[in-house]
Parts: sequence; structure tokens; C-alpha cells
Amino acid sequence: MSEVVIVHPAGPVAPRARPEWPVGWSRWAGGALSLVASVLLWHVLSTTQVRTAWITFANVPPPLEVARAGVDLLSSPKLLHHVLWSLWRIAAGFVAAAVFGIGSGLLIGRFGWAERVLLPPLEVLRPVPAVAWIPLAILMFPSSEASMIFVTFTGAVFPILLNTIHGVEAVDRRLIASSRSLGARGWTVFSQVILPGAAPSIATGLAIGMGTCWFCLVSAEMISGQFGIGYFTWESYTLQNYAGIVVGMLWIGLFGMGSSALIRHAACRLMPWQASKGGAR
Amino acid sequence: MSSAHGRIAIERVQIRLGQGAQAFEALQEVSLDVAPGEFVCLLGPSGCGKSTLLGALAGHLPPSAGTVCIDGQPVSGPAPSRGLVFQQHTLFPWQRVIDNVAFGLKMRGVPRSERRDQARALLASVGLAGFEDRYPSQLSGGMQQRVEIARVLINQPHVLLMDEPFGALDALTRVKMQQLLLQVWERIRTTVVFVTHDIDEALFLADRIVMMSARPGRVVEQIVLPFERPRGASLVTDPAFVALKRRCLQRLHGAEPLPRLSPLGTPPAEPAAWQFAI
Repeated sequence: MSEVVIVHPAGPVAPRARPEWPVGWSRWAGGALSLVASVLLWHVLSTTQVRTAWITFANVPPPLEVARAGVDLLSSPKLLHHVLWSLWRIAAGFVAAAVFGIGSGLLIGRFGWAERVLLPPLEVLRPVPAVAWIPLAILMFPSSEASMIFVTFTGAVFPILLNTIHGVEAVDRRLIASSRSLGARGWTVFSQVILPGAAPSIATGLAIGMGTCWFCLVSAEMISGQFGIGYFTWESYTLQNYAGIVVGMLWIGLFGMGSSALIRHAACRLMPWQASKGGAR
Repeated sequence: MSSAHGRIAIERVQIRLGQGAQAFEALQEVSLDVAPGEFVCLLGPSGCGKSTLLGALAGHLPPSAGTVCIDGQPVSGPAPSRGLVFQQHTLFPWQRVIDNVAFGLKMRGVPRSERRDQARALLASVGLAGFEDRYPSQLSGGMQQRVEIARVLINQPHVLLMDEPFGALDALTRVKMQQLLLQVWERIRTTVVFVTHDIDEALFLADRIVMMSARPGRVVEQIVLPFERPRGASLVTDPAFVALKRRCLQRLHGAEPLPRLSPLGTPPAEPAAWQFAI
């Protein structure tokens, strides 16, 4: 293969001294250790009720209390309803955002006229946070379900849109020229070169968009409803069920992390050339 | 086989590159005729417009004046009959080697199994049997250029346009690639226009060397090479070879190198380094 010798700026790199520890295992152990340390810190801060002028942990539920509330929720039949309703809203909002974001991103990235027509209004809307959309969403959509899906949509659409634009614009123009010299024209240049060339960037946008989608779930489910993890979190706050707030937050965090990981995994499977870049990893 | 095809007629071609105040005359009144099956090297200092001329032949850069004709037809855009090989390979990173080579056939609607058979045979002829299922990033620089050449040859081009194709390779690989190119060319005998700033390379490969000077780019001298084919590695120490090399060196002496141009015009501005996050 390529005979490139990489010399480390700080001199030759000595082989690591502990070869008996597999790299994967030590990385996993490191992650677990840091999680345990975070929980421990949380425990100390909340049980000793640290108060400063800036921040107080007096009302923060300690991890054990949260765990108890979590177990209670797990054994309650409501949990499945909460989760399913939230997953449905996330899925609907995310799919709509993916269709709109990738579609208009491809147009804007490829065609100057689309950039001039579509990008300015989208740029104005981009900084508007999900919470600010709630009143208008309620007014615009006949059902509260649709307005909740719309709010999750606004969360996911901009990362997907911007990464798609970036991906299309970053496609090497020499590749496009080469494909034209080999007989590709118009639509085939688009489908054979620009789309696969932008795909890694689009996948990044989808993974980030999935994260921000969950991010907006609480805002969306503040609108109404009886079910949903975001609704559960908000309801816990209004009912002063402080442990419930943290349980809801953790569920959102776990689901957000899991679904983003799912997208990254799918992207790796669909784009094997990305994984093989530079040989072994 | 294709010796009836590939006649090049370039007449008083001018090309302006750059925009606004940065615009400059990359080529000024360049005229050049190439016979079918001839191997011509464009030799000159960096930035002298040799790649620009290649871009005009490929159909990527329209001349602002003058005409470029191939077999009597004016060039109006890129076409598979005029294959272009870049200095840095332009293989599609998302396709395996065999599908990269078969791309031209796919564009013509050739069925999958048939185009793969042809691609496999062509890969074997450039010494890459067994590498069909690799991705381009898994190959060395020399292998990547061999795949690039195979990908262009599958269209059976009348004209093969090469823009310093071995310029990024190490010296040893470069010599091997030059020999491989001559072997392939002696089989297919297509017209070749080969851009280089390496005098040895031009003398080793070409039937005729066309020397150019910079800003504005123009043809300053042409040398028809008397060396017999097939050519071997011992040619480079032949007294006649050395004498011609001296002549080329004198001609090119004192030329200051300019920023490199490409067959697509001026090099693109550095793409924005920032990535979108949220």
C-alpha cells in the first residue's frame, strides 16, 4: 500500500507499554468510570445541598431518589404510552425534516437560483428557537398533534438542511468534470456524483438533526397532551415532582443518544468507503 | 484500430482565466496540429497554460477566440471520446475499483455483467487483477492512477488527454508508469496529448515535444523525436537523448514558475474549512 511514514512532531512514537489491555475494553472502562464519577458528583452536590451565590443544589433530587422514581415509572403502565407517543412525534417530525432538509439542501447547494430564492427566508427562521414556535404552531395547525410534530420538525430541519448544502458545495469539482468527460450528463451527474459525494455530510446532518429533534421534544409536548416523555418532564415540574423531572431528562438523553447512534451506525453500513478510509482504524 | 480518428486541429486559440482585475491571458494565439495516433508532449514551466490547452481540448474551458477541432468537429463540451486524466486521481471514493472503471459503460447503458467483464479485463491489462473490489483509498498512488487511466480507456477514446498524470508519484513508480503507458499505447495507438514539466518524461514518451512559455502561454518550439519504439530504460543515457535534453533545458532556462493552472481553469479558492454543527 502507500509507503507513507508518518513521523510524529515530537519524535518517533514509542509503542504503548500495556499491550495486554485491549484498546476497546480500556475505552469502554474509561467511559463507564467517567459516568460513575459524574453520578457520584451529583450525589455529593445534592445530598450536601451545596449553596453558593450563583447556584443552589438544595432542590436537586439526589440520584437514589431519581432511581426510585425511575423504577416506579418503569413499573407503571403509563411509561409505554409516554415512550410510544414521543417516538411517534420524533419519527414524524424527523422524517418530514429529512425530506424537506435534504430536498431543499440539494437544490440550494446545486443551483444558484434556488440559493437566492430559498436561502434568505430560511436563514431568518433558523435562529428562532423551538419554544418561540409554539404559539404560532398552535394557531397554524388544527390539531395539537400536528403542531407538536411541527415543533420537532423545526428542531431537526436546519442541521439537516445546512449540512446537505455544505455537502453538495464541497463535492470536488474535478469529480464532476471527470464524470462529464466519461459521459455523465445532467441528472446522472446529480445521482452518480453529487448525491454520493454529499452523502457523508448529509448523514452528519441527520445524526445532529436527530439529536436536536429530541432537544425540542419538551418544547413540543408543552403544547398539550397526556402522554410523551417531554410532557411527563414538564408535568413533573408543574407538580413539583422534582425526581420526575430528572427521570424524564434522562429518558430523553438516552433516547436521543441511542437514535443518533442508530443513524451513525446505519450511515457506516450504507457508506462502507468511509470506514475503509486510510486503511485500519 | 482507431488510427483514422483523433486528428486535432487547434487554430489561434485564446483563453482568458480569472475574474475582474485578476483576469489574464492564459493562452494567446496557440495553433497546433496533431496527427491521428501521434503522442505529443506539451512541455513548459508551471503555469504556462499547457493544462489550460488540455482543458480546451477536453471541452471544460471554452476558448474566447479561435477554434479547437477534433476530426473536423469543433469541441463544444466534454465527451467520452476525449478521455481526461488528472494529476491527482478523480476516482469516485464511494465506488469500488471495478465500478469506477466501468462507469463510462454504465453511462452508455451497458448491462452490469457485461461492463464488469470489460472492466475486469482492462484492469488486468494495467496489472491490477485482484484489486477489483478495493476502494480507491485502499490503493497506492500509482495504482490509483492506473485505475484512472483504465477508467478513461474503457470508453475507447480517440484522444487521450493527460495532465501531468505521474507528477505526484515517486521517481521509481513514475518510470514504471511511463513504461506501462507506452505498452498500453502501442496496443491501442490512440492520439495522446500529455502535459508535463519533466523534460526526461517528455523525451522518453513523445513522438513530438511542443514547448510552451508563460503569460501569455504560447508555443515557442517543437521538436520531433527520432527515437525508435519500443523504447527501453536505457534510452535516457543515449547521447542523442542527452543532447536533446540540453536543448530543452536551454529553451526553458530562466522561466519563473507561476501558480499551477488546471484543465478546469484557475485552481479553486480553498473551500471553507468550517463545518456546520447545529
